[in-house]
Amino acid sequence: MTMSELDFAPRPGAAPLHRQVVAQARMEAKLMLRNGEQLLLAVVIPVMVLVGGVTAGEHLSLNLESGTPLVDIFTPGVIALAVMSTSFTSLAIATGFERRYGVIKRLGSSPLPRSGLLAGKVLALLLVELLQIIVIGGVGQLLGWTPKPGVLGVALAILLGTAAFASLGLFVAGVLRAEATLAAANLIYLLLMTGGGVVLPLSAYGAFGDIVRWLPSGALGEAMRIGFIDGGVAWRDLGVLIIWAGLGTVLTARTFKWE
Amino acid sequence: MPAASPAVSPAAAVEIDGLVMRYGEKVAVDGLSMTVDRHTITAVLGPNGAGKTTTLETCEGYRRPQAGSVRVLGLDPVRDRSDLLPRIGVMLQGGGAWSGVQAMEMLDHVARLHAHPLDTALLAERLGLGDCGRTPYRRLSGGQQQRLGLAMALVGRPEIVFVDEPTAGMDPQARRTTWDLLRELRHDGVTVVLTTHYLEEAEHLADQVHIIDRGRLIASGTPEELTRGSSATVRLVVDQELPVDAEAALRTSVDRWSAEQGVGVRSISFGSRTLEDVFLELTGREMDDDDE
Repeated sequence: MTMSELDFAPRPGAAPLHRQVVAQARMEAKLMLRNGEQLLLAVVIPVMVLVGGVTAGEHLSLNLESGTPLVDIFTPGVIALAVMSTSFTSLAIATGFERRYGVIKRLGSSPLPRSGLLAGKVLALLLVELLQIIVIGGVGQLLGWTPKPGVLGVALAILLGTAAFASLGLFVAGVLRAEATLAAANLIYLLLMTGGGVVLPLSAYGAFGDIVRWLPSGALGEAMRIGFIDGGVAWRDLGVLIIWAGLGTVLTARTFKWE
Repeated sequence: MPAASPAVSPAAAVEIDGLVMRYGEKVAVDGLSMTVDRHTITAVLGPNGAGKTTTLETCEGYRRPQAGSVRVLGLDPVRDRSDLLPRIGVMLQGGGAWSGVQAMEMLDHVARLHAHPLDTALLAERLGLGDCGRTPYRRLSGGQQQRLGLAMALVGRPEIVFVDEPTAGMDPQARRTTWDLLRELRHDGVTVVLTTHYLEEAEHLADQVHIIDRGRLIASGTPEELTRGSSATVRLVVDQELPVDAEAALRTSVDRWSAEQGVGVRSISFGSRTLEDVFLELTGREMDDDDE
């Protein structure tokens, strides 16, 4: 026997839950960052929107809110866009294909409980979002961004925005087939990016802004802008995100199938 | 059989009693009862659609029995899920990994979910995955994916492993290697439950065989018990292929012989008596018949 060191004698046991969750988060974040399409969505598109928006806006002498430089308005909006792309589109697509490939089923017979799987996913999203914020914030700085962030307002916007969009993303991934999830998640992302009040402030939408502010995208965009521009906490918009998170959670809990 | 308190450490690794599972109108498992002894290799043998996978999945806690009961290591796989899962290893029929994950990355990930995992490098080497450790899952061959699935089932050092069609699609060499590994598991004290539709696999590998068909148990026993039968068997092995009229000629000769000897010939079969014959006798159908 060449491999006598290998002893199959049973010695079962689960790793401590926090270690399982960290392992799951690391794995998911790694896979998300490795995937070219997802990286395009996570970093390349937001940076292009930021650079394009700021340079084109300045060229056109666009004045969205008097006295506030364009880059100060655009950068928080693009950070909101990045949070949306990761916690909604990337999560939905990844989860859709995990169901298809039997990954969730396989993990379902491992010691990792479902709550641990969910916690691992959320941790992975926050990790990727942190990297996105570093890159987008860096590009913003190069363009002259001078944020006056309020830690509470920004942190709540990121956490509640992630909760709202992640619950909606899981809902989509749970009811549609993988290919349909891919299409729907990208389409919704495009619609919300252009018309959902993420990157552009509500004031740019005129009367339509009163509707847009009730969308999760508009609420996240506003909360992020208020957090970064005034250092404030946008309670009203955060409330809207809580409602969406609640709705998404109920829908997901009722419909999601692990296989 | 070791004396043990049934509540703490039952002698049986798996006890299934009157299990019924339906998918809509279709009855997949129809009042199935069977037990699996510890430290054995037990094969659940049957054609496609017999209810093998459904039965296994109730043992693994994926499905709740619609009637009857299932106990694994004395635990209820649904109610005691969190206690049971660390103690069992599961090899699914296919899939179970991200398409972009590297083979070793996946194995290391599953190892990290366990308290005392096997050395993943040694395990991969033993399963012949040493050369494809950095290959993304989607680019592994079918056989490599199978072996990675088996490695994932074993890495947590389980007391019992459920392997669903472990050698489906493997070449004969890989099949022998997998059989050797499953025997080694038994030797080291692991209970192995496998489903298979390969008669040869059940016959060569299993200590105990449960034959199921259309969701019912139709026979149980060791391969020897099942193939022995109650009457004497005369085997005739020839050294070359037979001409087309050989069967008729043999029957004529045997008729004369049986008249001389005063015995009745129950059947003449070409080939050896195998579990295939047993299945045929019990169901009147060939194993490979696909009745769907």
